[in-house]
This record gives sequence, C-alpha cells and structure tokens, in this order.
Amino acid sequence: MCGRILADLGADVVKLEPPGGEADRMRPPFLGDVENSERSIPWLAANVNKRGITCDLGSTEGRALFARLATSAPIVVESFAPGRLRALGLEDSLRDAIVVSITPYGQDGPLAAVPGSDLEVTAASGSLWLAGEEGRAPVRTAQPQSPYWSGMYGALGALVALQASSPQRVDVSAQAAMATVHPPAPVWWDIAGEEHGRTGPFLLGRSNVGSRFRNLWECAGGFVSFAIQGGPIGRHTGRMLVEWMAERGAAPPALGAIDWDRFDNSRLTQAQVDELEAEIAPFLRSLTKTEFFNGVVQRKMLGYPVGDASDPLADPQLAARDFWRSLAPGEGLPALPFPGGFALFDGERPAVRRRAPKVGEHNAAVYGEIGVTEDELARLRAAGTV
Amino acid sequence: MTEIATRPAVPARAGALAGVRVVEMGFAAAGPLVGKYLANFGAEVIRVESRLAADVFRTTYPPFKDGIVDPDRAGMFAFYNDGKRSATLNLKHPKGVDLARALIGTADVFVESFTPGTVARLGLGADTLRAVHPELIVLSSCNQGQTGPHAFHPGYGSQLSALAGFVQLLGEPDSTPVLLYGPYIDYIAVGYGAIAVLAALERRKRTGIGCTIDLSQYEAGLQFLTPTILEFAANGRIPGRAGNADAVAAPHGVYPCAGSDRWVALSVWSDPEWRALVTLSGIAGPATAAGRRAARAGLDAVIGEWTATRERDAVVALLRAAGVRAAPVLSISELFSDPQLVHRGMWPAVIHPAIGPMHVMAPPFRLSGTPSRQERPGPTVGADNDHVFGEILGLSVDERRTLGGDGVFD
Repeated sequence: MCGRILADLGADVVKLEPPGGEADRMRPPFLGDVENSERSIPWLAANVNKRGITCDLGSTEGRALFARLATSAPIVVESFAPGRLRALGLEDSLRDAIVVSITPYGQDGPLAAVPGSDLEVTAASGSLWLAGEEGRAPVRTAQPQSPYWSGMYGALGALVALQASSPQRVDVSAQAAMATVHPPAPVWWDIAGEEHGRTGPFLLGRSNVGSRFRNLWECAGGFVSFAIQGGPIGRHTGRMLVEWMAERGAAPPALGAIDWDRFDNSRLTQAQVDELEAEIAPFLRSLTKTEFFNGVVQRKMLGYPVGDASDPLADPQLAARDFWRSLAPGEGLPALPFPGGFALFDGERPAVRRRAPKVGEHNAAVYGEIGVTEDELARLRAAGTV
Repeated sequence: MTEIATRPAVPARAGALAGVRVVEMGFAAAGPLVGKYLANFGAEVIRVESRLAADVFRTTYPPFKDGIVDPDRAGMFAFYNDGKRSATLNLKHPKGVDLARALIGTADVFVESFTPGTVARLGLGADTLRAVHPELIVLSSCNQGQTGPHAFHPGYGSQLSALAGFVQLLGEPDSTPVLLYGPYIDYIAVGYGAIAVLAALERRKRTGIGCTIDLSQYEAGLQFLTPTILEFAANGRIPGRAGNADAVAAPHGVYPCAGSDRWVALSVWSDPEWRALVTLSGIAGPATAAGRRAARAGLDAVIGEWTATRERDAVVALLRAAGVRAAPVLSISELFSDPQLVHRGMWPAVIHPAIGPMHVMAPPFRLSGTPSRQERPGPTVGADNDHVFGEILGLSVDERRTLGGDGVFD
C-alpha cells in the first residue's frame, strides 16, 4: 500500500518480486473465482499504477542487479524481517536512498524478530480489545486493515524524510500503526484512569457519568448509525428527529419534552438514555436504509446507514465527484470501478492509470533503463535470476 | 565539575520539516491531527482558534482532567494537538479575519476542516488566498468533500465509518455489526491529508506553485476497502462479518485465557506452523489447510479449551517459542507498559500546564536521522498570542491591547 500511494501521487513505482511472483498474488478472493497469480483481488487493489519486475535476491547476481537498480531510486520500500537486508548484503547499496521498512513490530525492540499477521498486530495494538460484544471474543475487521494503515504511514514517513537534507531510515511498526486508530480510549486511560472495553453497538466517551449511547440500530433490512446527542453538534439533529417522527405519526413523550437548546447528553443517567432510545428504536425499524439516508440528508441530520460494498457504487455524492475510475484489471477482463485517488489536487484526482503488473512484465523496460543489455538480460533469465 | 556538567551536549537536530509554517483552523480529529504530525517533525504549526467557537475537543468531548469541564483541561485536545502553538482570533470580527489573512500570508500551509464554504464566506477561501499567495498550500478536509450534493451534510467519523462499509465488516456473522470504537475513518483521512500536504510541498520545491487540496474523509476511507468493492463489482458478492475467520489461515482466532477478559490471538498459515501447534497443544485436526478451514468451528472450540486454563502471556510465550504466530489481546491500559511500544517511545510523557503530567502519541513510524520530537502537549487557549501577533505579525503591545479591547482576540 505504501508503494500504491506513492504511485498514485505520480511516482514511478517498480515492484520487485521473486521469480514466479510473490506469495500474496495468491491471496483470495479471485476475480471470477479463478485462482491464478493475476486475479487476486487484494493483490490487484494494492498494485495498480506500478510496474513489476522479478529478481532473485537469493543469488549473487540478483543482489548485484538489485544494487544497480537501487542507485536509481530515491525511495526504497521493503517489508523483509528486520535484519534481512543486512544479511543479504544489500544495505550498502541503499546508503543514498530513503529506506522505508514495514514490519509487524518494528526494526528493533523485544518483539522485532517475532512474526505476526494482521490478527496478531491488531491484538497487540489495543484495537481488538475495543471491537466486539461484551462477554464474547474480540473481533477484527473482515477486510484486513493493518496493511493499509502501515502502508499509509510508510508513505507519510517517506514524504517527511524526503523533506530532510539527507536520506534516512523510516521504521514503520504495524502494531504501532494500529495503536493510532482508536482514540479516545488511550486518552480516557491517561487522563481519567478509565479502561474502555468492548461495547458492541454502543458508544462510550460521550458521557461524564458513565452512560452509553446506542450508535448502531436495526432498520428495515439492515442497520443505521445514529446517536442521541445535544449541544451545538447534536441539537439540530434532535429537533429534526422529533419532527420527522411526528410526520410519521409518532409522538414520543420523553423525546418530545426535550429542550434541545439546553439538552446535555453528557449528564444523562443510563435510565434516561434507555427511555429515549426505546422511543427511537421502533421509528428506525420502520425505515429502510435508503429512506433513512435520504431523510437525514434532506434534514441535515447527523446519521448514516451502515453501508456495504455495494452502497458506495450507488452513492450520488461519489458519482458527482467523479470518484470511480474504470480499469480492466487484466488483459481480456472486463473493466472494474476502482476507487479513484484519495484527494483532489487543484481539482484533479490522481488517476488509476495502469493495471497491476504481471509477474516480471516490465523486466526488459526497467532493466533496460539502468543499462542492462538484452544479452545480459537473456543470460539472467536463463540463470533464473529474473 | 558537577555531575550534571559531565553530560555531553547533543546539538539539537532540526526536524525534517523545520522552516515550514502551518496555520490551522479546524476541530476534532480530522484536521488537527494532520497539524500534529507536521509539528512532530519540526513544522511550526499555529492553531488559530476562538473562545467564542471553541473546538468540540475543548468543550464537548470528555474526558476532562478531574472531570472539570474547561477548555484547558480537555484531554482530547491536549492529546491531539501536541507541539502546536495556539493563537486566538475572533473570526466574526473583521479585524480578526484581517489578522488571520495576514498570518496565513506568512505560512506555507493552511489546513482547515470547517464545513465547506465556511472559509470562503470569511474571505479566507483557497482561491482568494492563493490569488495573492500562489505558493500557498491549502488543505480542506471535510466529511464528504467540498463539492457534490452531500457536501453540506454534517457528519462525524464514527458514523461515516458506518456509511463507508467498515462497520458492516466487523462482528460475528450471527449477530449485529459492532462499532470500530471511535471515529476510525477520521484517522485515515488524517494520514492521507498529511501525505497530500507533503506531496504538495515536494512539488512546490520544483515548481514554486502551491496547491489546493480537497480531501473527502469518505473517499479517503474507501481506499482501505478497495478489495471489498472490487469483489462486489467483479463477483457480485457482498463481503460481510466473519468473526475472526480468515480466507487463508486456519485456525485464525481469538481464544479465552485464564482470568477475566483475557484473550490470545493466534493464526496458522502453513502446515509446519500447524504441526508446531499440534505438538505443543496435543490437539488434533486435519493435516491440510483446506481441511482446517472446513473444520474451523470445531478447531476453534478445542483450541479455546486448551487456552482457557492457561495464563495469557504464558500461552503467547509457548506459541511464539514453537514458531506459531500469537499475540496477547492487550487492553488499552496495557499499551502504556507494553515493552515493544515503550521501546519505540510510543507514548512520550509531557507536562501540561493545566492537566499536569500526561502522555501524548508518537507517530507510528520512526525516522533515523530526523526523529519526531514531542516536548510540548497541546497548548492552552491563546498561549502563543504574544509570539504570533507580536513577533510574527509585528503588532506592538499597544496595538494588541487596542485590538484585544475590541474583542478581536476573543
């Protein structure tokens, strides 16, 4: 993902894989459920906009080739186990590059050598602790998130380093990356000595007296995200809710009695919260996701439906901002809607301009650019180096 | 010779962003945390705020030190704004706007996270500012972007995380979705916002031209969900909640340990890892990955029985020694004493003038040559007015007194 972001910004990002391709090319699911190295959906998502080459770093010739390539790159991104670059004798060739290293726990420290996947680093970051229902096991997001966070912070680190006067190492820890995603929980511990835990569909941190507020509600055929809130943030939403309920024939006594100008959710007891929420629940259950979305947008209320993977593709806001970028992910495959660049720069959205590379697709071009002759490349191919 | 004098003087290394000035007007997390990261690496970040329209992190969101609601005792603000300066300006006063414009004129970057159209109404829109200062970089970060039919729809991060599809992917398949705790998507937008600013700074080095950046927190968040969207588009399937199941690894789960609310996470990605787990625990199961995926529920039950009688950290140590990926599910308080995070200096200690000793958060990436520095917590309201209006804008004490009397610094 780190390389993907730099590529989105226009950098010429060359992905280096072992001959035959990296293992992540076989991560499911696959386009059309056809399992091959050019159809892994997560891999394709992370590698559009890049060129791809192969190089066997296990061989002396491969390492020599890498050293030649590295001198042409101001930024090198790697995710080997800590110490592997040194063991391969590649550190010298990276002296003049910003080297971004992305590992589960970082380059040094007591856990540096410990392997970990998304699940373990998420567990060690506190993020798992906060996700799930009381009394049941913590859960992780079904679409693994730590590679995205680590990659994003790697790109951020690379760009900070680019502003410094001399090249340096950027050491990203996935555990640390995932420990940044869940404030206010660390603040509650640090300032108030309160340990927050899993609360399922409820929000903590909105009360000075320990009450919790429902944030996820059933609606007709799905779920919506909504919460009772006062103050400058919530009072308009509260008023509109009461009006909306009245339009649909509901006259909730407790909700209707609220003076929204003075309403302070942070002082409500749990019994008061429960009473208000009991009045709202049947109303929300009577609405579909679409009815709720249209209703909150029309009334400028806080709240959204709980979207799934199909919803953004139908969202008029994203369409109006020309967010989607159509790209055929491989030769002979139909075009798919890729999320477009993450921001507009002077009104322009970075493009999804190049499909992810096949294994070694750009060997001739990239090695040619650093002066590897055709004969030399043929010899390296025959030797299995590329 | 005193003991103290024997400590060698280490010359302070300038941060990577030394010399970059950032003016920031924003609230809550999505705008201000961009400025925090820039400040941590040496940028001078001046937060312009007002007592009349204070940041919700100063007024509305607990916790407050000792439960006393006061803008200078707000934990969220102090945590998110370390390393910055605070200057107060009343933007409802024309002279307040003039001073804001003058201050932004001295800056390299202007970050704002108001509702779209707000800064333009004040005469501080990117077009107006850059007409005079074409080299200025303006980052506007908001919920849905500056344009489009939902641009003016208010929203906050925890609900936007639901809209984007994160919440739908979190929870047990047999139950309701659960929250990702806080405003998850805001922090994604923070990372991309800082990236966008730094990319624009790099381009400006070559072209001399600034940039107007329109960041939609929604669009930034969807980057992290690209595979689920592609899976729906290509295969017609909508990914849903899966508990802790993985498409490849099995077993892959979170299992109870001895004691109350103690859990271990472990995953098996290869046959050798599986054999190591079998040898260690004595449990039985299919020899192939496909077989283990099919037998997931049963395997989870027997592993849970094996872990339930053991201490969490002892199980983790056993598993790691055997070559199986494992980690404790750390609670939030444990993060502050986790040896690895402590080794990385994740939670630097600072002294806040109103809150007292507290911690702030280091960036999750470490730079070897120009490391982040975190010496000051979030500023109290208007703590740097003298510096900003006196030293930077050159207003005399008398001028400042007069303006203050007019309510310009409220």
